[in-house]
Amino acid sequence: MNAIVTNEGLPTSEPVTQREVLLKVDNVSLSFGGVKAITDISLDIQKGEIRAIIGPNGAGKTSMLNVINGFYHPQEGTITWRGEERRKMKPYEAASQGIARTFQNVALFKGMTTLDNIMSGRSLKMKKNFFWQLLWRGPAEQEEIEHRRRVEDIIDFLEIQAIRKTPVGKLPYGLQKRVELGRALAMEPELLLLDEPMAGMNLEEKEDMSRFILDVNQEFGTTIALIEHDMGVVMDLSDRVVVLDYGKKIADGPPEEVQASQAVIDAYLGVSH
Amino acid sequence: MFYREAGQFKTSYQSDQAMFPILQDRIGMAVILAVAFIVVPLTANDFFLTSIMIPFLVFSLAAIGLNVLTGFCGQLSLGTGAFMGVGAYAAYKLTTIFPDVNVVLFVLISGFFSAGIGAIFGLPSLRIKGLYLAVTTLAAQFFLEWCFIRIPWLYNDNASGAIEVPKREMFGVIVSGAEATPLARYFVVLGITVFIAFLIANVLRGRIGRSWMMIRDMDIAAELMGIRPLQTKLMAFAVSSYICGVAGAMMVFFWLNAAEPSSYSINLSFQILFMVILGGLGSLSGAFLGAAFIWILPVMLKFIPSAIGLEIGAETVEHLTFMVVGGLIIFFLIVEPHGFARLWQIAKQKLRVWPFPY
Repeated sequence: MNAIVTNEGLPTSEPVTQREVLLKVDNVSLSFGGVKAITDISLDIQKGEIRAIIGPNGAGKTSMLNVINGFYHPQEGTITWRGEERRKMKPYEAASQGIARTFQNVALFKGMTTLDNIMSGRSLKMKKNFFWQLLWRGPAEQEEIEHRRRVEDIIDFLEIQAIRKTPVGKLPYGLQKRVELGRALAMEPELLLLDEPMAGMNLEEKEDMSRFILDVNQEFGTTIALIEHDMGVVMDLSDRVVVLDYGKKIADGPPEEVQASQAVIDAYLGVSH
Repeated sequence: MFYREAGQFKTSYQSDQAMFPILQDRIGMAVILAVAFIVVPLTANDFFLTSIMIPFLVFSLAAIGLNVLTGFCGQLSLGTGAFMGVGAYAAYKLTTIFPDVNVVLFVLISGFFSAGIGAIFGLPSLRIKGLYLAVTTLAAQFFLEWCFIRIPWLYNDNASGAIEVPKREMFGVIVSGAEATPLARYFVVLGITVFIAFLIANVLRGRIGRSWMMIRDMDIAAELMGIRPLQTKLMAFAVSSYICGVAGAMMVFFWLNAAEPSSYSINLSFQILFMVILGGLGSLSGAFLGAAFIWILPVMLKFIPSAIGLEIGAETVEHLTFMVVGGLIIFFLIVEPHGFARLWQIAKQKLRVWPFPY
């Protein structure tokens, strides 16, 4: 517990605009056959910020996340990660570079317990080979305990101690979402992508989740990119918002600015033709 | 009341993630091992050992092998019989080429041959999933069976086309061939099965076992968390085939004494698959329970009519056994589709809260 709740990672008062750019997407286009999912979008994510991606259904938000973590390969455009242009890569390579994500429809490992699910987030950091695993006693067990400690910190942080040994398939939806966040956190990511972390939650669960997201951002210094439909949440949490509509970027900036943009209002409310 | 973890406090993660964290489980395991290693050898007759215990253990190991692949990694396979055959033929070739080396060593080494072949036939698993993968593993089954028949080198040009296990000693005791005593065979088979089951239980609770289950439960999420799908699946294929190969080699060396290609046919693959499904996918104890049900129950059933004094013809008994076992399989799958392992878990849960319903 104490390892987590330190205030070291709190963001300093430096202005948002001067932060280092962690991820930069330039003129990216993605299409599936004749369907253009993303058209010529450029955006950047700065280190330590909470960046929201919003837009009506089918706007290309999830496609954007899939491009960022290497699941889709855009036909045009470049992605720059920590100042280096990224080549075409597999999702597991993106994971090893420090990009973690949660899914819109919970993608937990249903047959495993909460503990095992969060432990699975440590997979990349565990190195002991097959023969040590066969023996178990010794290095493999030591490694397991070492990572268990980190995982227990996350379990404490998310307040899910009671469901540690419960198979996640039996958990209610809100808790599953929380376990999924825990699993992503266990990867100690540099960039955390959250795809609708609050979909289908009640007010209280939303408040809890918002608090966790803010805490993750402030205490661990994790950069967060999130997709969310609850505008109240988006406006309160995020430092900067990018708005997509029909695969195009229609606005980008601080929440207040985006809120006032006529293009955004038109996209959400529709315009008379 | 008898089975309760209340009062058993864990003060370290080490004790919390032990293989059997609950005291009663540890006692139960010790009792089972004591029965297997001491009581059975002291009391059992030759028939019980050769017709029940040895095949049961061989099939249990094969079921563990398939369970690693299907139950833990989620890759359906119908090539189990062929992979067992690879182990048997490899061990046979090795022991006829080097007659002086310990045969148990060769049985363990033969698994590596079938691991290699299993990994090759696992390659399509990257692209093909579920039932379609099962069909591609059928290719392994037919191709390897063809090899066993058509390549005379594999059975040393034996006129009958079968492999006949030569007499081999270990530490001065004959363990294989027709002269080996059932007791010696039983100890070798039991030793290998317990040893491999223990090692694989270790793998399954660690990082590698977890990565297999990640692929099984949600392969896309697993990939996004840094699991390389191809390596992970091929490793599951290799480990699974290794275990099946050892089981196949044990089958001919310590049980049948001789085997022909049809011993490792598709029927064997299905038999092992039924054991895994009935015992419980993703459970090691389920592999033992499934093997016991499919192998021991029919043998036992055959003796019931004569034991209670009914005079029924041998074929009728045979047919009755088929009907009863078939009926029981359907019954158990309706009662609990997740197999005996789940039934056992439910029973433990009930014991835990007894005398209250929940």
